[in-house]
Amino acid sequence: MIEAQNLTRKFGDLTAVDNLTLRVDKGEVFGFLGPNGAGKTTTVRMLCCLISKTSGKAKIGDYQIGNQEDALKIRKIIGLVPDNVGLYESLTAYENLDYYGTLYRRSDSQRKESNEYFLKLLGLWEKRDALAGTFSKGMKQKLAIARALVHDPEVLFMDEPTANLDPEASKAVRDFILDLKKEKKTIFINTHNLDEAQRICDRIGILNTRLMAVGTPEELERSIHGRKTVIQLRKMTDAILDSLKKLYVKNIVKVGNQLTVDVVNPEEENPDMINAIVAAGGRIETVTVTSSSLEDAYLKLVKENVP
Amino acid sequence: MTAWIPWKIARKELKVISRKKSIIFYTVGLPLLIAVAFSIVVRDQIAHGIPTTISLGAESIIYIFVVLSTVLPSTIAAYSIVGEKVEKTLEPLLATPTTDGEILLGKSIASFLPPILSAWLGASIFMAVSDYILYNGGLGYYYFPNWNAGVMLLILAPLAAILSIEVAVIASSRVSDVRGANQIAGLMFIPFVVVFFAGAEGLFAFSVANLLIFSSIVMIADIILFFLSKATFRREEILTKWK
Repeated sequence: MIEAQNLTRKFGDLTAVDNLTLRVDKGEVFGFLGPNGAGKTTTVRMLCCLISKTSGKAKIGDYQIGNQEDALKIRKIIGLVPDNVGLYESLTAYENLDYYGTLYRRSDSQRKESNEYFLKLLGLWEKRDALAGTFSKGMKQKLAIARALVHDPEVLFMDEPTANLDPEASKAVRDFILDLKKEKKTIFINTHNLDEAQRICDRIGILNTRLMAVGTPEELERSIHGRKTVIQLRKMTDAILDSLKKLYVKNIVKVGNQLTVDVVNPEEENPDMINAIVAAGGRIETVTVTSSSLEDAYLKLVKENVP
Repeated sequence: MTAWIPWKIARKELKVISRKKSIIFYTVGLPLLIAVAFSIVVRDQIAHGIPTTISLGAESIIYIFVVLSTVLPSTIAAYSIVGEKVEKTLEPLLATPTTDGEILLGKSIASFLPPILSAWLGASIFMAVSDYILYNGGLGYYYFPNWNAGVMLLILAPLAAILSIEVAVIASSRVSDVRGANQIAGLMFIPFVVVFFAGAEGLFAFSVANLLIFSSIVMIADIILFFLSKATFRREEILTKWK
């Protein structure tokens, strides 16, 4: 649904997005993780045809980014929730939705139906005649999401959808995104929130001007650090260490009576290690398998690849 | 361009404007205030008999409503465009399948209608009150409406308002705050004030012929500025450079 090939955007000497190549499939929820200034918003703006690309190619569906005629067609099939909600605060919730429905060329009956549907779905129906300026941040965010959906877009771009929201409002927005996921909408989310990305996204791209890594949250965790088995022994001996080194273990770190071993497949490797330790006369108190988190992966990639 | 989209944009703008009391007060209040003030002036003037320079005086007052037509729309136009950026509503708007032409035309309609209607209302009140005063003061006929006032209000004032809006659009593309755009666009009243003083000094007669020539010049400026305003409205620049 979304394809980018060597997509680049420069502002003078500054390269905001450098040779971005990625593909987001129809119905997929794709998360873009990256620090401030990583180029996330610039990427979304390019994909939404709000700003031009410097070089490279990208397309949404069958339409090319950068083609003037296709730009209007792309805007018809996408919805955007920008980082600033950008609601008309002196219009009511209903008027905000209705106005955007008009701009998306929806008929009166379509607008009436979708306005009511989304306002009810997001729990804003009772407040439909209240000015958007009187809404809480969470309500405004919900309304901004509804606004991006009034024309039933194929692709939804969301830039930091839960930034500055309290935990309850964040959860409500996340739950709504998960509902949209069930409807097989293609969703592209920019976020700082690793936990949110992990919970919502099918795949995640880590961007720091360049795309550092892309994969499912589990793939990213594994690809960076792999998994570790932590073995707590009653007493550490050289014989135990020697017995483990004879196995296929990659890296062993010894701290006191504790061994931390890098493993690829702990379900297969751990029994062999335990047998070797017991055979070498060791007594095992606990065995724990740990994984590196998405946060570890993110921090490592971002720190190692400062542009 | 879809013909009805600019009207829908204009309708939304008018709705927003109608809820901004300061803009309403300024747009509607000022022409009414001027109408009332100058009606009082006319009443006081004829207290000592009908002056011989009534033609020049009355036309000059009508011309003030033309000057008002250059001042009032710039406030709305500047708010309408720069306000979108200031209130962060521009990005979602530009993400819709709406063209620059539709957005600019919609905002221009919204900037045009309230001030021109207010100017006409103010001028109509002034003309009606003046007619009443002058007729009963001994003039013996109704001075207004006349061709001069017709050309000023129905041709020159709308063209002047369009000029002001176009300058506001260009200024809005270059500055990032409403006040700045408004101040630049507000400068458009200067040539019209110069003509006013030229009239007062007897250097310019508010005759139908002169007013039509002046209107033609303003119309040419309108056409040039229309293309210039369209060319200067660069959505990308507005999104990336305005902070």
